[in-house]
Amino acid sequence: MNIPYSRHTLENGLDVLVHEDHGCPIVAVNLWYHVGSKNETSGRTGFAHLFEHLMFEGSQHYDKGYFQPLQEAGALLNGSTNADRTNYWEVVPTNALELALWMESDRMGYLLPALTDAKFENQREVVLNERRQNYENRPYGFAGMALMAALYPSDHPYSWMTIGAAEDIRAARLDDVRAFFQTYYRPRNASLALAGDVDTERAIDLAASYFGELDAGDTPPAVQATAPPPNTTERRLLLEDRVELPRLYIVWHSPSMFGEEDAELDLVAEVLASGKTSRLYRSLVYDDRMATEIAASQNSRELCGYFQVVATAAPGRTLTELDRAIREAIATFVDEGPSGREIERCQAQAEANFVYRLQTVGGFGGKSDQLNAYNVFIGDPGFFERDLDRYRRVTAASMQRVARDRLAPERRVLLSVVPRGRRDLALAGSEPVAVS
Amino acid sequence: MQIDRGRLPALGADPQLRFPEIQRRTLANGLRVWTIQHEAVPLVSFLAMLPVGASADPQDRPGLAAITSDMLDEGCGDLDAMELHDALGRIGGHLDSEIGSDATILTISSLARYADRASGLLADMITRPRLDATDFHRVRELRLNRLIQLRDLAPALADRAFARLLYGEHPYGHMPLGTEPSLQAITLDEVSRFHRTMFVPSRMLVIAAGDATHDALAAAVEGVFGSWRPLAEASQLDRSTWPLPPAVQERLALLHRPGAAQSELRIGHVGVPRRTPDYHALIVLNIILGGQFVSRINMNLREDKGYTYGARTSFDFRLAAGPFVLNVSVQSEVTVEAILEALDELHAIRGPRPVTAAELRAGRAALTRGYPRNFETADQISRGAAQLALYDLPDDYFSTFTPRVLAVDETAVTRVAEQYIDPSRLVTVIVGDREKVAPALSRLNLGAASELVPV
Repeated sequence: MNIPYSRHTLENGLDVLVHEDHGCPIVAVNLWYHVGSKNETSGRTGFAHLFEHLMFEGSQHYDKGYFQPLQEAGALLNGSTNADRTNYWEVVPTNALELALWMESDRMGYLLPALTDAKFENQREVVLNERRQNYENRPYGFAGMALMAALYPSDHPYSWMTIGAAEDIRAARLDDVRAFFQTYYRPRNASLALAGDVDTERAIDLAASYFGELDAGDTPPAVQATAPPPNTTERRLLLEDRVELPRLYIVWHSPSMFGEEDAELDLVAEVLASGKTSRLYRSLVYDDRMATEIAASQNSRELCGYFQVVATAAPGRTLTELDRAIREAIATFVDEGPSGREIERCQAQAEANFVYRLQTVGGFGGKSDQLNAYNVFIGDPGFFERDLDRYRRVTAASMQRVARDRLAPERRVLLSVVPRGRRDLALAGSEPVAVS
Repeated sequence: MQIDRGRLPALGADPQLRFPEIQRRTLANGLRVWTIQHEAVPLVSFLAMLPVGASADPQDRPGLAAITSDMLDEGCGDLDAMELHDALGRIGGHLDSEIGSDATILTISSLARYADRASGLLADMITRPRLDATDFHRVRELRLNRLIQLRDLAPALADRAFARLLYGEHPYGHMPLGTEPSLQAITLDEVSRFHRTMFVPSRMLVIAAGDATHDALAAAVEGVFGSWRPLAEASQLDRSTWPLPPAVQERLALLHRPGAAQSELRIGHVGVPRRTPDYHALIVLNIILGGQFVSRINMNLREDKGYTYGARTSFDFRLAAGPFVLNVSVQSEVTVEAILEALDELHAIRGPRPVTAAELRAGRAALTRGYPRNFETADQISRGAAQLALYDLPDDYFSTFTPRVLAVDETAVTRVAEQYIDPSRLVTVIVGDREKVAPALSRLNLGAASELVPV
């Protein structure tokens, strides 16, 4: 099982990856820049994402907005920024491939001449509204910010969320945009994947024509931060929020993306909290009904990851009960390891999930996005099969060992999110944190 | 190749889309089986569509249809809930269950080699759910807890208040989740009766799609659904007896959310049923008005004013007339300005600033050139096909879509804007901070705002 592809690196360093799939007359154009919020510095947060917005406001040779010609050509398009990368994509009918390449290459090469104060001020407001909508006005919306700030030292770039601090977004200046563009939005810092109803040779020719003329630029400065040392003493925090039911977040430092033990933790999360048969769902939601919902995930990123368990208390039940039940479930898992049935089930699910990812050429998580993820993060677009192998190699013993080593109680950061005025509902000994 | 940055490259001819062949059969028990071969990846999916949704809830039991469908995966046939989900996990299965106003749709996808197992589990859920009391009490409790949590979710509060104001006691006036008193009152007997009388083979369509032949897909369905007999006489679903939505009384309603960073807005009124002959003109109107990024309302409220992260309009086409709604969340301080701009756009497109030739061309093109995207995955194709069945659309619906959209002209768009958007009936719901919003509300000229209370 894999995503067959051809790779061609242009002289300016841009990687062009092509995957043919003639099932539907559409082509996915997917462009990654290896820059995200971890390239920001403390006090200047939210910038990578704000910049992404400006990429949709027009470039020198087509300065009437990015969406208009593409939507008129039948494209679906979007972009996103996370800590490690920024991606942009279009899914176009086969006959609009050249248009999409024209547009993407124009903003890669010629964004700045079209940039104005008015556009910048407008998108600053849009981003502040995005922050209000998705974080400030949403229940539990500040939890991620509190957790990241607690997990990492304040100068570590994972200590802030990609959306950034509102005051930093307000303080951003147009000159910062220019410097950022010149540093990071360069062919050698990017990877272009084309997947779908396209001929490989023609796709590479077109990409070379549109992107080949762009200046390679200098290699962007490397991010200096590394994985912080793991916590050695448990930390307890509390946050008051406009919520009805208290919720407990438990996080641990964990391995980086594709790192040693990353796949094990993925499957540990699956056994603990994915679906009704998972251990925590079964004990906390199904049998005891102390929680209304439960989730666990291994969130792996380039420098390091974090493992998270989240549980919301049923009315009248306490976070103390949730904490105890989760701790016991993990201790039992560490003692006994997964059952044969659990291993079989989670590996079958893992394999199926790889197949599900092959269904679509474009968009977030489609085949073009996959090729770029593998290329940008490990330099091997063909990593699909080896990625799946990471999961096939997981054993009961390795899951047990990793859970023991990584999910020790003393390494936890615990965050209680409680209704306003109800600090008494937090875990005992929790220290209030302020987030805005 | 020489490139020209002086102008955008021409598109050339639009690619031809081969529409998937749907083979239709009907089993002896009346169950319809549609099959679609889709060999791209070794997956299959079985989609069961029952044209019974939240609008079939009894007047005093909002939430009954939804809790009934929620009970189906709590154990069925020989399997209890845990065994069922274990079996699903072992075939790499994904179960998806959704309930809307008009229909309940259950889907199981799995690796193609487990097709028979997947269809078997789906059939057991639908035809032999256990409906045990312990499971029912737990499921009800989780749904009540969900209702509690929704009190803090501005979009959910706005949706519910909007539906209530538009539809009142009409079957579209409540959310599928229902209300607390109703969920408290629902009994397991009622769930069981709802299941017996609504889930009958003659009403059900199963669409099997994926990496197998038509015959194999059909056999996988027939083998497990073929022996299904109705458990009771089917209850009637007569939409002709539905009351009309009430006449608009309150034009402006405010739900106070102290300290809210944004005002969550819904502006709209009762729209039009799916089977309207004006469907294609209406989707062209909508894509120009507020249906995509470059639409008038998003460009105004987001790209020009910076009031919001995004604004959209939609006609929710249902069996009966669903809502037409503008949906946006705006910074609290500019709530009134944003509403005024939105109302102005809704008014303008009806005549004062009718659609231009360029807008029409772009809107039609976005719809027709974007159409092939809807036929990439087996799941998309199945869902599209389910719409054909639910709304009783013609077999050639997919292949006539593009010519019908291209036939829509400026006159038609202006006519449907005038006919189906009525500024005098628009209802505006605000979920936001009264202190920041109320002082300027009189500028809207919509009368006094009625104050909604959180339920």
